[in-house]
Amino acid sequence: MRKLAIIVTALALAAPATFAAGGEGAAPWKQWHAGNELGDRASLQRGVRNFMNYCAGCHSLKYVRYQRIGNDLGISDDVMKANLVPPGAKITDYVLTAMPEGLANASFGIVPPDLSLITRSKGTDYVYRFLKTFYADPAAATGTNNLALAGTAMPHVLSDLQGVQHAVFGKDGKFEQFEAGVSGQYTPAQYDAFVRDTVNFLEYAGEPAKLSRATIGVWVVLYLLLFTAIAWLLKQEYWKDVH
Amino acid sequence: MANAAEGPAAKGGFRVWLNKRLPVDEFVQNQLVGYYAPKNFNVWYFFGSLALVVFVIQIVTGIFLTMNYKPGALTAFDSVEYIMREVEWGWLIRYMHSTGASMFFIVVYLHMYRALMYGSYKAPRELLWLIGMFTYLALMAEAFFGYVLPWGNMSFWGAQVIVNLFGTIPGIGPGLVEWIRGDYGIADATLNRFFALHVIALPLALALLIVLHLVALRQNGSNNPDGVEIKSKLGANGKPLDGIPFHPYYTLKDLVGIGVFLIGFAIVVFFVPTFGGLFLEKPNFEPANALSTPEHIAPVWYFTPYYAILRAVPDQRLGALLMGLAVLAFLFLPWLDRSPVKSTRYRGWIWKLALAVFTVSFLALMYLGLMPAEGLYVTLARIFTTAYFAFFVLMPFYTRIDPVKAVPERVTYHA
Amino acid sequence: MAEISVTDDQEVDQSRRRFLTAATVATGVVGTGFAITPFIKSWQPSERARALGAPVEVDLTKVEPGQMVIVSWRKQAIYIVHRTPAMVAALPKNDSNLKDPTSADSDQPAYAKNEMRSIKPDYLVLIGICTHLGCLPKQHFERGDAALGADWPGGFFCPCHGSRFDLAGRVMSGSPASKNLRVPPYEFQGDTLVIGVDPQQKGVA
Repeated sequence: MRKLAIIVTALALAAPATFAAGGEGAAPWKQWHAGNELGDRASLQRGVRNFMNYCAGCHSLKYVRYQRIGNDLGISDDVMKANLVPPGAKITDYVLTAMPEGLANASFGIVPPDLSLITRSKGTDYVYRFLKTFYADPAAATGTNNLALAGTAMPHVLSDLQGVQHAVFGKDGKFEQFEAGVSGQYTPAQYDAFVRDTVNFLEYAGEPAKLSRATIGVWVVLYLLLFTAIAWLLKQEYWKDVH
Repeated sequence: MANAAEGPAAKGGFRVWLNKRLPVDEFVQNQLVGYYAPKNFNVWYFFGSLALVVFVIQIVTGIFLTMNYKPGALTAFDSVEYIMREVEWGWLIRYMHSTGASMFFIVVYLHMYRALMYGSYKAPRELLWLIGMFTYLALMAEAFFGYVLPWGNMSFWGAQVIVNLFGTIPGIGPGLVEWIRGDYGIADATLNRFFALHVIALPLALALLIVLHLVALRQNGSNNPDGVEIKSKLGANGKPLDGIPFHPYYTLKDLVGIGVFLIGFAIVVFFVPTFGGLFLEKPNFEPANALSTPEHIAPVWYFTPYYAILRAVPDQRLGALLMGLAVLAFLFLPWLDRSPVKSTRYRGWIWKLALAVFTVSFLALMYLGLMPAEGLYVTLARIFTTAYFAFFVLMPFYTRIDPVKAVPERVTYHA
Repeated sequence: MAEISVTDDQEVDQSRRRFLTAATVATGVVGTGFAITPFIKSWQPSERARALGAPVEVDLTKVEPGQMVIVSWRKQAIYIVHRTPAMVAALPKNDSNLKDPTSADSDQPAYAKNEMRSIKPDYLVLIGICTHLGCLPKQHFERGDAALGADWPGGFFCPCHGSRFDLAGRVMSGSPASKNLRVPPYEFQGDTLVIGVDPQQKGVA
């Protein structure tokens, strides 16, 4: 019986492993990871500032309230009102964009998506790669294109920070590497940190409960370990009767 | 422990009053203390009680979700995010429910596999097995309807694909699909009727089936890892020699099992609620969109073995038929299995090989159903589909020629 | 039952069994308590309800003397009356005909527990819910209102059960209601009235 179990387990484990192998060497940017830290409150605070300054003009966070952001990230109502809540909006409002849908459609041919759940539906790595792989493309209406989302209608709104890099493609049309183009205010390291903070904030916005969930989980699991241990001792005590 | 002979009469006051009106003591005596279960249960015997625990978790969390969930194509997705963000502790209740769905299937699959290993479906427990299978079918429907409710893009397209399966039925197919949807596509009407089925109809059906399952279990008592009928060897008191009172021995043992289970449950809920996209899929965090199918569409992991079979067959109608048969095949197990022996412990190498092949096939199909239907994956899915059905179709033959061992008179138990 | 010795008491350590049973039950009860807490708390007003219940701002420049406006705060009608000097001057005359002229037994913030039942005599702010059974009292500001008799001093009349309140929301003798109309927390920010905030604490009520 035990042997059977071992064989079955081994086969079951081996099966997926054989399929998982293979897959060609992916482009280097596809290996990039956001590496953001939800526990880093300063990073989250920089992230919300980045978002409000650069993204909120077009993108909403329609499930998130300004006040909740402030409470969760340790920013007082007064600071939120002074710096992050746009004029005309209340601190209890959802983070909506000022841009009417009609104007958005006219400018971009598409309504910029709400970003409340972008890190949940696409992942943090995707957003990180997207924000880092804009490159100059004279053929595009916006003057830039993107490796993570080819043909994106979104202009490179961060070009004054990152600058505009060039992408080098091989003869087969495959991306090879980036080359420096027009430079921006930020060094690559500064820009990287900027994007990471922004992604960090978006991960928080995707699931505010994530800030506290694991901490609560530790206590729940510790309690359950205690309960199970006591229940086990009790069971052992009674099972002494069974011979 | 209360001595049965003294009974309620020996105790005064409220207890006597109560028992004259409601047979509480009698129920405890008959169903728990007086119910004797084999003493040689191993770890596989935890999953029945665990399934009941998960059922209760789902009912309780489900009731509380219903308090804030709003069925309707325009409101469903938003109301789920409302629960996740704005209802106090709503995220916990929702994650418990979504994790509970997957846990239900983990526990039920292991429970069913236990029956397969120890021949628990064989006479005289055929009906017990059938009722259990109907419970499983109801659970599949319940899970499917529940999966549609968040009205994410996977909910929408999952509903689209599953409902369209009924379109393959000759003649009535197309009309049937329209009737199920109540519209010309998956729409508000579909969502609302699925909601009604998910929160009322199927939970009631499940509760009834679970009660029937337990009644049928009490009729002949549990099987055990040795496949020995403990009732055939009674002691002087008329109780099975190899049996022990369910209470306190198995109530306490199950309590430990529940504790261990809840640790795993809590780890998923608090640390990895999406379980890497297996329990909650990424595209389902986008609202339903009738104009955009997710790039890679697959059902949740517990349906993927059957989904892989569906895709492995190059003919639409035959694929749907085989998929249905793959589920229904379990119903026939008690009559397909001709072995004189119940437990795999005393069966021969042929059965063990067949069971191993089936196990690998089921798990492989589960994996393949999650992968895109292309290239090697399709070939492998065809091979494992063949093996899956061979296990059932050939069973009457190989179980008859299987070199079985002698079954002991008494169960094996080492304290 | 040869295989189980449902044993003599001296063989089994009964005290250990009792202790472990008690420990298991106690731990289980504590855990159950923790487990049901989130479910109970999920019935609290949600963030949306609290956001909708956030303080409401009213521009007082648009409320003429003698006029009343009604705004909604936390699903309740809030009456804002711009009292004329004549109305204010007449209020003390009602005292003899009131159940609770000093508002000793009624509900209002400390800063409204005065004869005017308000921060500024000019502005009366009330929760427009009858303290009897919850209807909305109607405005009858004219003295000697035809429907309410020549001695009517001006105030509010509840159509459901006939409770009468004066222009400070104080209940008149003979009414079924026993308490004065409640006053919500509020403060003035220049010409803006903010309902839902206490002036002293600067916090949301």
